[in-house]
Amino acid sequence: MDEPVHNALVEFRDVGFRHSAASAAVISHLTFNVQRGETLVLLGKSGCGKTTTLKLINRLLVPTSGQVLVNGSSTSDWDPIRLRRQTGYVIQEGGLFPHFSVGRNVALVPELERWPASRTQSRVSELLAMIGLPGDFAARYPAELSGGQRQRVGVARALAADPPLLLLDEPFGALDPLTRVGLQREFSVLARSLNKTVVLVTHDVREALLLGTRIGLMDQGQLVLLETPAAFLASTDAHALAYIETLKLPAAVSDQEDLSA
Amino acid sequence: MNFWQFLQQNGPELVAHVRDHFLLVLISIVIAIAIGIPAGILLTRKKSLRGPVLGLANIMQTIPSLALFGFLIPLPFIGGIGTRTAVVALVLYSLLPIIRNTVTGILGVDVNVREAAVAMGMTDGQILRQVELPLAMSVIVTGVRVAMVIAIGVTTIAAAVGAGGLGVYIFRGLRQNDNNLLLAGAGGAALMALGADFILGFFERRFAVTRQKNVQRSGLLLAAASLVIVVIAGFFYLSGRTSSEQSARVVVGSKDFTESVILAEIIAQMLEKGGIPVERTFELGGNLPHDALLARKIDIYPEYTGTAYTAILRYPVNTDPAKVLEQVKKDYVGKFNLVVSEPLGFENTFAILVRGAEARRLKLKTVSDAIPHTVKWRAGFGQDFMTRDDGYPGFSKAYSLQFAERPREMDLSLTYIALQSGQVDLIAGNSTEGRIAAMDLVQLEDDRRYFPPYEAVYIARRDTIDKVGQLREALTKLAGAITTDEMRQMNYEVDANKRTPPEVVREWLARKGGN
Repeated sequence: MDEPVHNALVEFRDVGFRHSAASAAVISHLTFNVQRGETLVLLGKSGCGKTTTLKLINRLLVPTSGQVLVNGSSTSDWDPIRLRRQTGYVIQEGGLFPHFSVGRNVALVPELERWPASRTQSRVSELLAMIGLPGDFAARYPAELSGGQRQRVGVARALAADPPLLLLDEPFGALDPLTRVGLQREFSVLARSLNKTVVLVTHDVREALLLGTRIGLMDQGQLVLLETPAAFLASTDAHALAYIETLKLPAAVSDQEDLSA
Repeated sequence: MNFWQFLQQNGPELVAHVRDHFLLVLISIVIAIAIGIPAGILLTRKKSLRGPVLGLANIMQTIPSLALFGFLIPLPFIGGIGTRTAVVALVLYSLLPIIRNTVTGILGVDVNVREAAVAMGMTDGQILRQVELPLAMSVIVTGVRVAMVIAIGVTTIAAAVGAGGLGVYIFRGLRQNDNNLLLAGAGGAALMALGADFILGFFERRFAVTRQKNVQRSGLLLAAASLVIVVIAGFFYLSGRTSSEQSARVVVGSKDFTESVILAEIIAQMLEKGGIPVERTFELGGNLPHDALLARKIDIYPEYTGTAYTAILRYPVNTDPAKVLEQVKKDYVGKFNLVVSEPLGFENTFAILVRGAEARRLKLKTVSDAIPHTVKWRAGFGQDFMTRDDGYPGFSKAYSLQFAERPREMDLSLTYIALQSGQVDLIAGNSTEGRIAAMDLVQLEDDRRYFPPYEAVYIARRDTIDKVGQLREALTKLAGAITTDEMRQMNYEVDANKRTPPEVVREWLARKGGN
């Protein structure tokens, strides 16, 4: 848009949301920016409003008060279809179409955008290579993949039309710990090398610290802290301390092992 | 005659009934799909409509099929008798499972998958075509499968409104107590239902999400199968048309019992002999032939003056035959523009019957003779006799009859067997029933002249009589031409000796022509 130095890709301005006039607010007075190229992690317990916040960005939900701006325009002014095709979206288990092959799942947005078949084809091969799956996986169906493989395909589908913005809702939540850590590392490398703006929702503080350039801590529909990982670890905020506390338990176990040795 | 011989003799007719049955089901299901799936899709989009529409479809299914046909007959455009009414009723029955399964199938699509589809920037139409319908297809096919099996069953009832199909055999089999007919009708419908269930079950499994690889091929297969079916249906439809589109034909109708079929066959064969093309719309239930006559679906059918007088004109019971005939003739011309022929020569009235041995032992001649004995007797009556004004209520009052227990209400033709085997001691049969002599039953005389006269006549459309000279001639020839004994004999040939009405009628006409 014409606004000159606008480095924020997503901007929340005093945003509130409630499901109906009668119900309690899910989020209220939410104000923050997401800078181009950063990975903002929204951290919080279930029900704190972090998924709602994410859905407000690609207009799966519309704010009941305030404004969400994407690329300088309010989401309610965006054509929702255009907005969503320029925004990658990844959910737990990938949300893959069970009746589409892996190849068709990945090719979904390019096909909706009517890319020529040859271009779509080469993009699918490129993406499968990028997420580390053999090319012949294109013909497989989601039910034939492992959880981790499905998650990779979900990421590939979100990246297919090369959108500047990626939204991820607990993308690694359903995976076993070893697969999760592996995928988190790969994703962190991928996001930085592709220079994407990422908003990721999680309840896992380790994931937040590993992936986030900034961490937004949410509680009861409000943003209580927005800091870099280093500042987050040094914070004296009660909510942040509760999360930091959970990181210490393994250390206590290792202390005991030292004593017994 | 065993079932195998029956099949050999009636093969072509059976095939025709199977074909009619299948076509009725097929046409109805195709229409129900064309209405039901879009309606189901609409309901997934408009939540407020869901309750009312599904409720309405639910109510449709609880209406007994015969009652639904009854409601439809008097309606313009969709009503009347024949194929169209049957198709309307069948579509109404088939809608619920199709709509319900479409709604269930689409709403049952995984919320994550649906959310992903929205978030990828698919439009509502793209989500419907590419995601919801393919994933719901297996459930929708289940709905079609249920609807199809229901429709195959309900179509057997369609015979009552003259739409044909295997129900013709079932009704006829019940009436004539003929197990071969019942087996061919009910067994044929059951086999058809099993076949349809099997074939659609195959498609349902192919569309299941766990075997999605097959979906595209299944879609092609289903499309090809549909095409073949449509071509076959079209072929039958066209071949059916050519035969029914001949001009200047007379459509002869009949009620759904043997005697009415025989009388209709008599006039039909006489017309054919005179070179007039005839279409037979026989075995219509209840008072359908009258409605059909008024609706110009048929031109002529045999009736009884007493029935016309009480059941159609709704006069109170009158026992004077001449007055009844005169009134019926006058009212039919005045009210309906229909012509009542001269009486054919015999009456078919209710006949109070007891076992011959009993009658001889107790020396019974009249109903009055039987009064002292009835307190120890059980009675069995057809549904018709139990309910009509000139039936049981008035009859028991007229003779102050008391039975040992409330009379059993059963199928008329079964009452004869119940009487013969001693299950009941008194029944009200038809005076022209062929089995009266064969079963050694005795008719007690109606000495208080309670039963109104049921003289057999033909009722015809006036314009048809004016147009077709041969019809006028035939009706003149038939005045007083059939005696009670001859009628009993013809009924007996068909009901007891299992011969076909056309055959029996041909013999009778040959004898009459020789005189």
